[in-house]
Amino acid sequence: MGALSIREVRKSYGTTEILKGINIEIEEGEFLILVGPSGCGKSTLLSMIAGLDSITSGEVHIGGRKVNDLSPKDRDIAMVFQSYALYPNMTVRQNISFGLEIRKVPKPEREKIVAQVAQILQMEQLLDRKPSQLSGGQRQRVAMGRAIARDPTLFLFDEPLSNLDAKLRVEMRTEIKLLHKRVGKTIVYVTHDQVEAMTLGDKIAVMKAGEVMQFGTPQQIYDNPANLFVASFMGSPSMNFILCQVVTLNNGVGLQMETGGQTHVFPVNRASAALSAYVGKQVIVGIRPEKITHKVDFLAGAPSFYVAEAQIEISEPTGADTLLMIKINDKNIVCRVHPEYAKLQGERMAFMFDMSKTVYFDPATEARIV
Amino acid sequence: MADTSNTQTQGASRFGRYVIYTLLGLVCLYYLLPLFIMVSTSLKTLDDIRSGNLIALPNEVTFEPWKEAWGSACIGVRCEGMSVYFWNSFRFVVPAVLISTLVGAFNGYVLTMWRFKGSDIFFSALMIGCFIPFQVVLLPMARTLGELGISNSIAGLIFVHVVYGVAFTTLFFRNYYVTIPDELVKAAKIDGAGFLRIFWRIILPISTPIIVVSIIWQFTQIWNDFLFGVVFSSGDRQPVTVALNNLVNTSTGVIGYNVDMAAAIIAALPTLFVYIVAGKYFVRGLTAGSVKG
Repeated sequence: MGALSIREVRKSYGTTEILKGINIEIEEGEFLILVGPSGCGKSTLLSMIAGLDSITSGEVHIGGRKVNDLSPKDRDIAMVFQSYALYPNMTVRQNISFGLEIRKVPKPEREKIVAQVAQILQMEQLLDRKPSQLSGGQRQRVAMGRAIARDPTLFLFDEPLSNLDAKLRVEMRTEIKLLHKRVGKTIVYVTHDQVEAMTLGDKIAVMKAGEVMQFGTPQQIYDNPANLFVASFMGSPSMNFILCQVVTLNNGVGLQMETGGQTHVFPVNRASAALSAYVGKQVIVGIRPEKITHKVDFLAGAPSFYVAEAQIEISEPTGADTLLMIKINDKNIVCRVHPEYAKLQGERMAFMFDMSKTVYFDPATEARIV
Repeated sequence: MADTSNTQTQGASRFGRYVIYTLLGLVCLYYLLPLFIMVSTSLKTLDDIRSGNLIALPNEVTFEPWKEAWGSACIGVRCEGMSVYFWNSFRFVVPAVLISTLVGAFNGYVLTMWRFKGSDIFFSALMIGCFIPFQVVLLPMARTLGELGISNSIAGLIFVHVVYGVAFTTLFFRNYYVTIPDELVKAAKIDGAGFLRIFWRIILPISTPIIVVSIIWQFTQIWNDFLFGVVFSSGDRQPVTVALNNLVNTSTGVIGYNVDMAAAIIAALPTLFVYIVAGKYFVRGLTAGSVKG
């Protein structure tokens, strides 16, 4: 029995179905990310786990216990909110111990817990301040402290970093990850930011329109997206999608690509069997920007690589890499090139396509072919 | 060229300013004049009033009219002054203000944080209460008070003013609470706090600005009320406003303008005091609900 198990959970308001049968199961100590665009139902699902929203049908189990009919306080959970939701009239100390006080934890015990939590989060000097006297990052930390003080089986985070500025967000992200290492508790974390999802999660559930599109480890989801939506949602800059014709090529199949008036046939070294059914038809080829680089001579002859020359439409240096945009089959394609080898906007250069991790989608169903 | 035009505009704007300040000063005088006449008349002797000019300062200052108004002026057949009625007013105004504020806060809390089916309709219905004229409710209220057995009592007056005031106080608190994020209540629920504890421990402590608004509003409304007071009370249970009216109407041959003026000022003092002390909170609190942050 896992730490959290969500079985066929549905939510509807009247005739509108918000969640359409969610199934997720995670083990104790795992960090689960619910990620998806706004309106996908991820926050609703979290509210239902917390008991703040009712469950229309299906079951939620926390630590092996069915919690459908338990009130939030009896579910053994703690939650961190996007707006922090600190009690403005109470000091940091009172904020952290409020939940303990309601649970009738004796005062000396409460003080001990507050001291411990303050030490874990390094905020001893903030204990007697009011939330209004704290910065965004400090408020976030207090909100986490309040959750830790409860010592629950399950932590719930509802987009906790989206109110922070970019730099602080990265810092707090690391802090949350460290905290998870140290406390070792199961966490469910809702975000719309795929970078947070990739960096924090042990397991990711990518959601769209009330359904889980894919559930797996970050690497599985990145390398093996189940469909076009997952592929386009995860990764930054996002995956390139090229609509192209499948043709036969030396006993196997190839992909017909056109750039700057020149036609190339890219080899398909992997999964050519599955694609052979599509000969003469079109498929969507998904290739990550980092798989299109400058030509590396000693690799260029290998079977999964293909070199093609193209004109650079736009060049965006990011420092570590330069993103070059080229046109293939009339689509803008982003390539990730080492700045040293990147040529200038308007120039032509040879690009090397690494086809080994290319994924293929059916243009009609947007499902993964292989 | 540029210089001359600049000085011209400066001169023009300075002239405009003089006009504005002069106008403001005149308006100010116009509004303060009644108060000045009341105060100066209340300090004059009757002879002084008869022989002198209305806006002239008293020839000799006397506090006798104030003593009389407070302690010995005749109101109807009783000659004990305003003091009895002044305390009367306090005895029902204070509870009525506190109860209506608390009920309003509670209503606002439920209507924003614990919405139920039809809560919006309930709120709209309650709002109609703000627009119902006093006269309309007189007869039904008289019946109700009779049924409850609290007609012609301080408790009855408290009841009337609470019922009438709740529409306003609910509006104040509801509009203040809609600006508070729901997540605050959710966090408290997860912390294990229940309906009442969230209200007492979290919502009410952050309501100070709107509580001040509600208290000032209700205090002036209820203190200044005449109609409910004259209809639902009698004899020595009447509020100060009704007593003032009766004092002025009770004639013993000579009209004691100085006593009337002193009595009128006594009746108005508490509201004046409340405005002077808490006026700035009033403006601040009224805008606090509408402007977020």
